[in-house]
Amino acid sequence: MTARTDSRIQTVLRALISPKGAVYLLLIVLLVSVTAIHPSFAEPGQLMRYIQRVAPIAIVAIGQYFVIVSGEFDLSMGSLVTVQVVVAGTLVGQDDSRTVPVLLLLLVIGVLVGLVNGLVTTRLKVPSFIVTLGMMLALYGGVLWWTGGAATGNPADSFRQIGRSGIHDLPVIGLLPWSVLILAAVVAIAAWLSRRPFGKTLVAIGDNPSAARFAGASVQRTKTMAFVLSSMSATIAGVLLVGYAGVHPSVGQGYEFTAITAVVLGGVVLGGGRGNVWGALAGAFALETLFTLLNFTAVPSTMRSAIQGVIIIAAVAYAGVIFKNRRAPAAVASDPPDAPGMQQATGEAQSTESAGSGATRNHNTKEN
Amino acid sequence: MKRSLRTTVGLACAATLVLFTACSTDPSVTPPEDNDTTETESSGEWFDQELFDQQYEQRSVEPEGPADQPYLQMIDPEMRDTSEFAAEGAQKACFANASISNPWRQTGWITMNEQLQVLQDSGVISEMETRDAQDSDDTQIADIDYFISEGDCDAFIISPNSTAAITPAVERACETGKPVIVFDRGVQTDCAVTFIHPIGGFAWGIDTAEFLIDHLEPGDRVIALRILPGVDVLEQRWAAAERLFEEAGIDAVDHFTDADPATIKNIIADELAQGEVQGIWMDAGDGAEAAIEAFEDAGAPYPVMTGEDELSFLRKWAETGLTGLAPVYSNFQWRTPLLALEMIFAGEEVPAEWVLPQNPITEAERDDYIERSEGMPNGHYAQFGGEDLPGFPETWQERNIP
Amino acid sequence: MKALIAKLQRLDTTVIVLIALVLVLALSAILVSTVGRNLLSPGNIRDILTGMSVLGFVAIGQTLVILGGSLDLSVPYVVSLTSLIAAETMNGRTGMIVPGVLLALGVASLIGLANGAVVTFLRVHGFIATLGVGLILKGYLDTTYKGTAGQVPWEFQLFGATGIGPVPISTIVMLACAGFVGFLLARSKFGHHLFAVGGNAEVARLSGVRTRRPLIWAHVAGSFFAGIAGLLLASRLGVGSPTVGVQGSYDLLSIAAVVLGGTLLAGGRGSIWGTIGGVAIFAVLDNLMSVMQVNPFFKDMVRGAVIILAVAVYSNRRIVARRERFTSSGREVPQLTEEGAR
Repeated sequence: MTARTDSRIQTVLRALISPKGAVYLLLIVLLVSVTAIHPSFAEPGQLMRYIQRVAPIAIVAIGQYFVIVSGEFDLSMGSLVTVQVVVAGTLVGQDDSRTVPVLLLLLVIGVLVGLVNGLVTTRLKVPSFIVTLGMMLALYGGVLWWTGGAATGNPADSFRQIGRSGIHDLPVIGLLPWSVLILAAVVAIAAWLSRRPFGKTLVAIGDNPSAARFAGASVQRTKTMAFVLSSMSATIAGVLLVGYAGVHPSVGQGYEFTAITAVVLGGVVLGGGRGNVWGALAGAFALETLFTLLNFTAVPSTMRSAIQGVIIIAAVAYAGVIFKNRRAPAAVASDPPDAPGMQQATGEAQSTESAGSGATRNHNTKEN
Repeated sequence: MKRSLRTTVGLACAATLVLFTACSTDPSVTPPEDNDTTETESSGEWFDQELFDQQYEQRSVEPEGPADQPYLQMIDPEMRDTSEFAAEGAQKACFANASISNPWRQTGWITMNEQLQVLQDSGVISEMETRDAQDSDDTQIADIDYFISEGDCDAFIISPNSTAAITPAVERACETGKPVIVFDRGVQTDCAVTFIHPIGGFAWGIDTAEFLIDHLEPGDRVIALRILPGVDVLEQRWAAAERLFEEAGIDAVDHFTDADPATIKNIIADELAQGEVQGIWMDAGDGAEAAIEAFEDAGAPYPVMTGEDELSFLRKWAETGLTGLAPVYSNFQWRTPLLALEMIFAGEEVPAEWVLPQNPITEAERDDYIERSEGMPNGHYAQFGGEDLPGFPETWQERNIP
Repeated sequence: MKALIAKLQRLDTTVIVLIALVLVLALSAILVSTVGRNLLSPGNIRDILTGMSVLGFVAIGQTLVILGGSLDLSVPYVVSLTSLIAAETMNGRTGMIVPGVLLALGVASLIGLANGAVVTFLRVHGFIATLGVGLILKGYLDTTYKGTAGQVPWEFQLFGATGIGPVPISTIVMLACAGFVGFLLARSKFGHHLFAVGGNAEVARLSGVRTRRPLIWAHVAGSFFAGIAGLLLASRLGVGSPTVGVQGSYDLLSIAAVVLGGTLLAGGRGSIWGTIGGVAIFAVLDNLMSVMQVNPFFKDMVRGAVIILAVAVYSNRRIVARRERFTSSGREVPQLTEEGAR
């Protein structure tokens, strides 16, 4: 009995120090530190509030996960969040009856932006980094141009309830924010999608596009779908932020980098092919908990970015180095020189014969 | 291809050498004649006792000029003669703007354009060519140099992106012999005909800190929400407030927010989790709503708070009824440069340093300002000073940015 | 027509970039003349070339990093830091120019070394490694400096202010640097190995290339050139500034310019002159929009659209026109040096 418990503990511990578990270990350490400094953080009501706060960035990170695991980037998410927030603020106004039509409009904008990102990336073979960088500039410039820099103001309360309020007067937790429920739904859908053929194809494409194509996957359609998912998640985050933060042109700025950082912290490999939704989720929570910990400690506000920098490098390096040391022989064997590269910014979709010239931007090739 | 490349490199290197030996200095750049501009502002403390005292005094000075036109009022003016710049007919102005990247600058820019319209109609100004540096010192220096060589300008208006870095470019503009007007942030030279600005950052810090100190007890906690470090007009606000808080025994902690409401809300939530917060101090009102909402969501009592005359804050302040003050960094100053230009072209005297009034909006005046700003977006500023311009109120309501 | 298209597709990417630049120049000349200005007047040429210099230096370094299959997002902070180091070391003293320059470039190179080491030895993706290093530098800058600092002497300001007619010295130095780097890429072992590592690190390794070394050098060079950009800015501003790098968004703009210039973001293919072409296209467009007094928000929209459209044109044709460096069997195509020469 005790032996079995011991071995179970050992399994858990081993899982935690494994590269995939690194983010969970980091999250636990951070949560424990925050609770140690400030015990009431662990109270159920406070925790719910905390999840409500992390929900937007976690949802954005999950959307970013789908794009990154397929070997691409989405830098337009932050600006898309801003666009959705400002559009909501400007169009809903104080008119409750417009809540539903504007929500539908936001979804349409989200799908459109995702389609443009996806189609330009897959059909015109423009590197997604560039497509979404251009989209980021165009969206942000566009929304400021349209509104003259300032939104009219916060929209009607019915719209803001989604991100700000929840189910009241529950036992133990008190308030159950809608954000928490929406986050749970997004996670559930994302986890379900990952188990579906779509999710598996996506990872396969990120790992090795030509092999995936030979296996009969439609690279274009699957990747475009990933971009649409990512834009949809930015839209949902935008709707939550209208409630949580209010309407302002700086809401959402920088979310793309925060989301990519969160996803990478979560063990998802830039360049595609490795990682899972849960890692991305944990990465987002770890990052936000780090910010909270910095708020709780007396670190000078100017030093915070430096600490953040050290921690993301350390976390990714930890995962990378351990991963390498454990899996090196297998990794090399699974990526023989005649296999096509993992990530190509351009061109992998059509010309199979050119596939070999792409860069293999994967951790296991950054070795000697 | 290899050979051609080698030739290119060879030629390039040779050319560089030749050019360095025979290089001609840009005629618009001349060596500094004196060294009084060095080291007036360098790294380190922003607190400046002399400026602090001066602005402390200026707050209570009764400004000269028409009370209903605050953008023409002046505090302690030392008038200077401008007859050398008197000119007949419509003149061309060139405006090197730092940016319109925040609601304060956008509101002012709209007002300025409406004022321009009036002066164009009255035949004072033929056109105003504007270059926007998009928050970049390097771009603004290039913009000013472009104006000097290509702009065919009769006058320069410069809203510097930063103090020390833009100084040489302003000096070059002065050397053209055309009138130069500097407004908002200053530069380290007095070559401009007039430097227009509200009292300043220290006055902001004094007004806000004194208000909070009056309404709080020693030992109370104040959270200071600051947009970003390193900008002089913002740093001076905090430098003054921090000093006064310290003297009064108020426990003030500062955070940088990038004016992002989500960040502001997170910071306040975390501070509230650690204990009661009695006061909120902001170096600009952008995002004040989120700060107040953080108290509502946490179920904590409203703090004593200083924001800004941005309508988002005034409206939320009125709605919640908290104890507050709206300091201003007078937005109407965007009208003054063009009006000063009118005076200069007419050969009238202008102050060498044109200090505009900077009166915080108190609770008693608040509702009046809100009423007057009916229909304006939340990013509008109550003391924008353009009520008598022809485009009022539609242009500001629709926020038409040229 | 078909023949023309076929001919176009055989053209080198760099040539396409230069053709695009000429088209943009022609369009600008027409539009600028509609507002009564001359695109080729001395002041305007100086405006365009000045706009090119700083971004050009950063983009030269970024090209090397990207060719090696990595990215450098830390450049804005390196630019700011070097401007401060130079201005504070010189502090208005002519005699301290050389120490100031050396110290600034030394520190920049060390940062590049750190970037390279984190990427190669700790196996952190360049995106995250340089983002992290950038954040660390940002923390240092925000904590240490409260605004502009130092003072560069008049003689050093000449670097940014002197010109041969309308052509600034800084632009000439930038082009000379581009020539030197182009030479290195075409002729040196470093260049060949960098292309090989960027193209396919595994193949390069199996071919006996030490894959770490070229990438580390590329990162050192990337930061070194960002350092030169910082020096140029210190010279133009007369002081060091902790925000000057961020003000120019040199990280994303330099990456965009590199890709606009036909370099593969994934590494292994590209040329330095294409990058310079990309930088020039940005500078001409910026100049055009400034002369036309375009609303600054609209400027951003145009920049975004141009980035996407221009790269779409190249990328689309590159699929057909690309020559293989490595075939799918991993064999090296014997054109390596030719590729690099462009």
